[in-house]
Amino acid sequence: MNAVHAGYGGADILNGVDLAVGKPEVAVIVGPNGAGKSTLLKAIFGLLVVNRGSVDFDGTDITNAAPQKLVTAGMSFVPQERNVFETLTVEENLEMGAFTRRDGVNAQIEKIYELFSPLRDKRRQPAGELSGGQRQMVAMGRALMIEPKLLLLDEPTAGLSPKFMGDIFSQIIAITKIGVSVIMVEQNAKQALRIADRGYVLVAGTNRYTDTGPNLLADPEVAKSFLGD
Amino acid sequence: MNELVFFVNKVLIAGSIIGSIYALGAVGVTLVFGILRFAHFAHGDLMTVGAFAALVTAALFQQLGITASVPTGFMALPVAMIFTAALAIGLDRTFYRPLRANNVAPVVLVMASIGVTLMLQGVVRLFAGTATRNFFTVEDKDIYTVALPFELAQKKIVITEPQVLLIVFTVIAVLCLHFFLSRSRLGKAMRAMSDNPDLARISGINTELVVWTTWIIAGMLAAAGGTLLSLDVTLKPDLSFSLLLPIFAATIVGGIGQPYGAIAGGLMVGFVETLSVFNWAVLLRPFRSLTAELFELPTRVVFVPTEYKIVVPFFILVAVLIWRPTGIFKGRLF
Repeated sequence: MNAVHAGYGGADILNGVDLAVGKPEVAVIVGPNGAGKSTLLKAIFGLLVVNRGSVDFDGTDITNAAPQKLVTAGMSFVPQERNVFETLTVEENLEMGAFTRRDGVNAQIEKIYELFSPLRDKRRQPAGELSGGQRQMVAMGRALMIEPKLLLLDEPTAGLSPKFMGDIFSQIIAITKIGVSVIMVEQNAKQALRIADRGYVLVAGTNRYTDTGPNLLADPEVAKSFLGD
Repeated sequence: MNELVFFVNKVLIAGSIIGSIYALGAVGVTLVFGILRFAHFAHGDLMTVGAFAALVTAALFQQLGITASVPTGFMALPVAMIFTAALAIGLDRTFYRPLRANNVAPVVLVMASIGVTLMLQGVVRLFAGTATRNFFTVEDKDIYTVALPFELAQKKIVITEPQVLLIVFTVIAVLCLHFFLSRSRLGKAMRAMSDNPDLARISGINTELVVWTTWIIAGMLAAAGGTLLSLDVTLKPDLSFSLLLPIFAATIVGGIGQPYGAIAGGLMVGFVETLSVFNWAVLLRPFRSLTAELFELPTRVVFVPTEYKIVVPFFILVAVLIWRPTGIFKGRLF
């Protein structure tokens, strides 16, 4: 995406943001609260109006395209909150992820169970009854049902215990190994940047620092301002 | 024994009939509530329009000489269901969808549906007048009687053919709905959208298709409920007002957005209503000879006089809202 200005209809929250991710790579967006990280993801996925600038996907301009179109184009989004259908079972949640697919649904469900093994036993349980970590797996599994080229994750480790955090990050690496690119917004900056091929620090709606994750971690200025101790 | 037969006729059968009608209407209301997030006050009129469509089609069939072993009104039912489904979609596109596109508050949609109610009432009166209609002017209504083998039972269990058809239809409709919602992709998508509409959009679910399906199901069931009720009694143009309150009571009792709740709620409201207007003193009659010397048994024990029958669903509605607003099946609270 290039020089994106976007917002919720009132004041712009994003004021000129640039971001790019190749395939398959992990791009991590970090920054203080209110910097516009979640807004950025929503702008990419067509959930907000982009007032200026453009968003490209695989060579096509997708600025302000409807979410359903983006799903068919191979992009998936996992929101931070309310990201599962609570009254539907785990398996039904996955089936809903595959709504736009006509074939290979069962095979893909099997792959998801291989990737997130605790879900297999819970397949007939309503997603609302699962723990936070399991719900996050369902949410990501649902997004992976269309075998997307690009996965957008909004704070996947929010509210999870440290053990699950590590699990989620290894699962994200596993996802990239299958060939899916990931753009991830994270509050736990230190852990997230460790696995980042590209790291973007966002402050007050614009880019502040851009580099690979490990480089950002090693940079004393970045570490001091944004990463705590 | 006669009294037991009386009870079966006046309570079990009558309660099932009216309960099924309420259930058919309530399912449509609850689906619209869950997926479109507003109280569709025009639902009673969808049922009335559906009944009138069936009446007209039945008259047409009779003109053309098409007959069968079932009442002509029942044969006209598929036509009426399709017509009402199309009408429901038409109403949505004309009135509700433009409002939704402007992100109005839900109460605005409720007001719009009240406007639609008045409009449909007017249109029906314009074309069909204000007279009460009967489906059975040309043919006769079949009445089945079942004689019980007990010696003491001189009275028979009476059930009419339209009543049998209604119960059979309701059972089949409930089963179809169940399989649709739990097994089919589109049914699951409806449940998903009712659960979390934003996530449904994000997941790529075709929300437009789900909305269409909701109106089709609601319209079809409304037409069936209206037509089958009119086959049982008569068709009055102001049918909608007398149906609307019980149907909303049933919807809320069952839990807003819960289709199975709507069915349970409809039957419950139907039975409570029937039990309230039933003359319980009839059941005391066998004991009259036993207590004759001691005291006089009352001849009339009725909780609610028949003319005030509408009080019952109103009372149920208020009671549920006070004590358990989420309903039996824990629906949503708006």
